[in-house]
Amino acid sequence: MEQILANGVYLGAQYAMIALGLTLIFALMNVLNFAHGQMYVIGGFVTYTFYGQWGVPFILALVMSCVTLAILGALIERFLFAPVIKGSAREESTMLLAAGIAFFLDAVILLVFGEKQRGVPKIMDGVFNYDFRLIMPYDRILICVLAIVSIVSFIGLMQYTKTGRALRALAQDRTAAQLMGVNVDRYSMIGFALGAMLAGLVGGLLVTITGVNLGMGGATSIKAFMMVMIGGAGVISGAIWGGIILGFMEAIGLALLYQYGDITYLLIFISLMIFLAIRPQGLMGKPWG
Amino acid sequence: MQRRTIMKAALTAMTLTALQATTAIAENTILKIGFVGVTSGPAASWGISNQRSMEARAAWINETGGYTIGGTTYDIEIVSFDDQKDPKRAIAGMEKMAQEGIHYVVGPNVDDGAAAVRPVAETNGIMYFPYAFPKSLYEAPASNAVLGMVANYQSGPAIYKYMMAEKGVKTVAFIAANESDPLSQRDGGVEAATALGMEVVSANVTYQVDTTDFTPVLTPIMRTRPDLLVLSGVSPANAPQLIRSARELGFEGVISTETAQDAGVLAEGAGDLANGFVSVGGASTPELASPMMIEFVKRYTDMFGEYNDESNTKVYALEYILETLKADPSGITDVDAFKATMDTFEAPNPYMNGDAKLRYVGMSSFGQKRQVAVPLVVNVYQDGAFETLFVAEVD
Repeated sequence: MEQILANGVYLGAQYAMIALGLTLIFALMNVLNFAHGQMYVIGGFVTYTFYGQWGVPFILALVMSCVTLAILGALIERFLFAPVIKGSAREESTMLLAAGIAFFLDAVILLVFGEKQRGVPKIMDGVFNYDFRLIMPYDRILICVLAIVSIVSFIGLMQYTKTGRALRALAQDRTAAQLMGVNVDRYSMIGFALGAMLAGLVGGLLVTITGVNLGMGGATSIKAFMMVMIGGAGVISGAIWGGIILGFMEAIGLALLYQYGDITYLLIFISLMIFLAIRPQGLMGKPWG
Repeated sequence: MQRRTIMKAALTAMTLTALQATTAIAENTILKIGFVGVTSGPAASWGISNQRSMEARAAWINETGGYTIGGTTYDIEIVSFDDQKDPKRAIAGMEKMAQEGIHYVVGPNVDDGAAAVRPVAETNGIMYFPYAFPKSLYEAPASNAVLGMVANYQSGPAIYKYMMAEKGVKTVAFIAANESDPLSQRDGGVEAATALGMEVVSANVTYQVDTTDFTPVLTPIMRTRPDLLVLSGVSPANAPQLIRSARELGFEGVISTETAQDAGVLAEGAGDLANGFVSVGGASTPELASPMMIEFVKRYTDMFGEYNDESNTKVYALEYILETLKADPSGITDVDAFKATMDTFEAPNPYMNGDAKLRYVGMSSFGQKRQVAVPLVVNVYQDGAFETLFVAEVD
């Protein structure tokens, strides 16, 4: 039981971080960013390059991942999403654009970083072992703590800073925010950059545990969408709860159902379908959007 | 004026270079060899190492004047198609090869893709070299597929026997991704281990292909305390994470797989925790690699920036196709002639030291010669490199 709880907290924290950036972008711009997983992968590769290849301290490499993805996100919003949103009222235009960006980033990742799985040296050696009832490597504990700190910092930023208030206003009602003097274009770009930065941050954090490879992007996006759907699209607290719920479902399923083969995700998907049939807006979402 | 003159000179030089290149290419007849396999997504590493091996070897042949078959010298052109690990795409890829008049194709990389392309290949007279293990592809009445590597049901028993004799292994646990290839390899492994008298303590644990953290997946297996943990059909992307998680969970037994791996990937992903990991490789270890293999690795590295150890086994398919065509040039347009040649074909293996031969095998496993005789080299990973554990042959 202790192991299931620990795995649940650890998986939940990392999943919540992955979902946060995606839901932020959706809340601000009504854009389903299918390229979120690819941004996560780039974040991992940037940390791999700086920390794993060039020997830069891990924290600095992590900062480089954040900065790189923030710049990439800002550029994507400024030159791709903003013109498309202005020029087309159809939501599928931005969806197609996001899918196109995902394919493009996949190709760029292959060209720049190659096809191989990459990994970095452990940031902390040793394993916490409580009588073989709870086993957790110290680096996973550290990453889990860093993920929780990052989530709390992000909530603090959204709640208590001018930028956060502007972003929340934008998410609640774009027109009203504009009438109140919020520079919508500027804060859309900041919000997208922040969402991309979160993807880069979690990619950089998790490369120390999971490594990174070209093919992780699509699967990461799918998991992130699941969490957002569970929690409620566009709701920050919903993304966090979605991540925690998925993390615990996975930890419990893998621990208790292993003798039946790989049915954990089958049950998770069935549960998700039933849940969405009953509550299509997700746990924390509003029925009107 | 001066600038215009320089521009004119540059333009003329470019035109002449282009003409020269065209003339150089046009000197030899083109022989197209196809590749249909996965070069994108999580399993991209498998197909890309295939494709790049072929491209590196083709570039080498073309640079040194071409490949002479029956008095005609050919430049080799590799026509590639990414099937994205999707059987429907694999069929489309094989149809494209047929439309281009290609009779020899390397790939696909996985079981369902290899099975899906069979009707297209047989209808259009295409010989194909899959990296997939279902025996039905190679047993009569099938006759156009040639297994491009050693199958797990051939390498597995050899590895298990070695483990029992040398390491005193008695119990074994299997873990596989929830996909057709790894699952069928796991089933084959369980059957082989049971037949050898090993006790299988766990064989039900599977994981999603996109799993990135294996600690929760491996925890139930660790409770069974096996002597040997077999990573059935594990991809190079997942192997280091599985090894690392198993070791961190306190596993002290032997870990092995029957798929080819990359030493660099293991070093980065698992570091010293990967020491002692047993896998199937090719002819790249120092004691086995011939000067030609060393040259191939160098050229591959120069061309693509980094070598992939998986190519140690994947370098062979193109060589087999060309050498067999050289033995009977009529095979260029007549795959039946190629099939007839396969029964008696034999040539020196240029990639291995010693007197190893290129020849077709498979009589024991398939009842006909539908497998390339790639050496069964079992490697152990140690401190960033593979060391040869033992070498065997498939008959």
